[in-house]
Amino acid sequence: MARMKFLCDAERCIECNACVTACKNENEVPWGVNRRRVVTINDGEPGEKSISVACMHCTDAPCAAVCPVDCFYTTDDGVVLHDKDQCIGCGYCFYACPFGAPQYPQASAFGVRGKMDKCTFCAGGPEADGSPEEYEKYGANRLSEGKLPLCAEMCSTKALLGGDGDILADIYRERVLLRGGRPQTWGWDTAYS
Amino acid sequence: MHELTSRDPGVGDTGRKRGVKTILWSLLVLTMVALALPFSGYLLTESAQAQASGDDQNARANFWRAVREGSSGYSAVRGPETGVLIQNGGENWRALRNGPMMTYSSWLMAGTLGLIALFFLVRGRIKISNGRSGETVPRWNAFERALHWYTAILFLVLLATGLSLLFGRLVMIPLIGKDAFAAYAGLAKDLHNYVGPFFSVGLVLEILMWIRHNLPNETDVAWFASGGGMVGDGHPSAGRMNGGEKLWFWVLVVFGLTAIGSGLVLDFPVFGQTRAQMQWASLIHLGTTVVLTCFAFGHIYIGTVGTEGSLEGMTTGRVDAEWARQHHDLWLKELAAKGIYPESSSASVPSGGAAQTRTT
Repeated sequence: MARMKFLCDAERCIECNACVTACKNENEVPWGVNRRRVVTINDGEPGEKSISVACMHCTDAPCAAVCPVDCFYTTDDGVVLHDKDQCIGCGYCFYACPFGAPQYPQASAFGVRGKMDKCTFCAGGPEADGSPEEYEKYGANRLSEGKLPLCAEMCSTKALLGGDGDILADIYRERVLLRGGRPQTWGWDTAYS
Repeated sequence: MHELTSRDPGVGDTGRKRGVKTILWSLLVLTMVALALPFSGYLLTESAQAQASGDDQNARANFWRAVREGSSGYSAVRGPETGVLIQNGGENWRALRNGPMMTYSSWLMAGTLGLIALFFLVRGRIKISNGRSGETVPRWNAFERALHWYTAILFLVLLATGLSLLFGRLVMIPLIGKDAFAAYAGLAKDLHNYVGPFFSVGLVLEILMWIRHNLPNETDVAWFASGGGMVGDGHPSAGRMNGGEKLWFWVLVVFGLTAIGSGLVLDFPVFGQTRAQMQWASLIHLGTTVVLTCFAFGHIYIGTVGTEGSLEGMTTGRVDAEWARQHHDLWLKELAAKGIYPESSSASVPSGGAAQTRTT
């Protein structure tokens, strides 16, 4: 079984934000929610670096550990998903996540947030694969169609890679060997164990 | 080397002595050098570090270290903290909440209940020593009672829903399943979030209303010194509020107000609070409410089962004169000084109520 991971190559990311747009379009993400975002460190200075970040589908996911209703589950592919029917919108996953992945369609008084929304690795949710209900709540289920997440698939510089962690590591190792320098598997030490 | 020198032939007695001296000195020097040599590494690295001070020496390491430490960059996606790549506080929050906070809070609450049960078994109900007099004095007016029960009921709602959110996953999901619990937890979360501010109003009014009765004085020292009448048969003096009640009052002031403050931070996430602030607020809310809960257990026990004649003060507003003499002797004298004397309540209750409204 594959163990799905994201890897963003900071030497390649050009901050075009196409991954953000592709994700919103493919998954019909609710207003105000961006499942993926691009962050530029030292923006405008020499040596600036950009990273595209979304849910990293952690091995020991903090969101799942703190959820009061235990609505998270990890698929056989290592993708961390959640059940929106069970989600109570308490915000705990948002407190716990290091990557700022969980987001809410609302932010109003009395802690009314609505159901949490986050990157699904284009793997939908607990409903039947490809069903309208699944699409309505979670967006596309590309994995069930044998496709990888659209953000990574359409990345013009192939900075953002999504797929089996072993294959990603091989591709990345080859790049580092060819161009020199040290590997920067950004976020991997935080997300994966 | 040592052996070679000592076996050197043709060396006289004085020469041998000098030889031994030389050996010892050279050994000492060798030892010193051997001990000192490893430290020379520090000299080298220190000079190297002096050269490398400044971020340009290991720019890449410093760069990613800054990212791991939660420094913020630019993001086209607008919103609170969207520029932060990694926020580490969440891992600490998770470790503390799921670890020590849950463990110790459950033991603290269970331990308090256990101690109360043990106390009840050993001491039993504290009776009115001289029996009821049949005469009563007014203790809590209608507004005080209404406010007390308003706050008390909301507290119990908050306690039940809060405990459900903290321990429900461990305790209730195995019993009723995820879907049923999720439905209940959604309701519990809404109740908790909506009831909280209303409880806050009640508690703040209570504090304002009762603070003048709860200022500590010397009587309280003596009260605590003699165990508050809970151990032994002595009945220490007390005014309208005894030392224990004052302690509960100040626990409510300190822990109650902190719990309210931290709760409001979590309840109204519309002022741009950061995750770090909400993580802290959550931990503080958890810690303070557990302490409040333990004291509330004690308060409820003493006010109901633990003491004969206490509860009626908060239900009917009047307490038996003998109860007052036993638990609040100074207060009874204060009442007498104000011209409020015990009245017979053997007459019908409405007339007693009417008498109360006349006197107060």
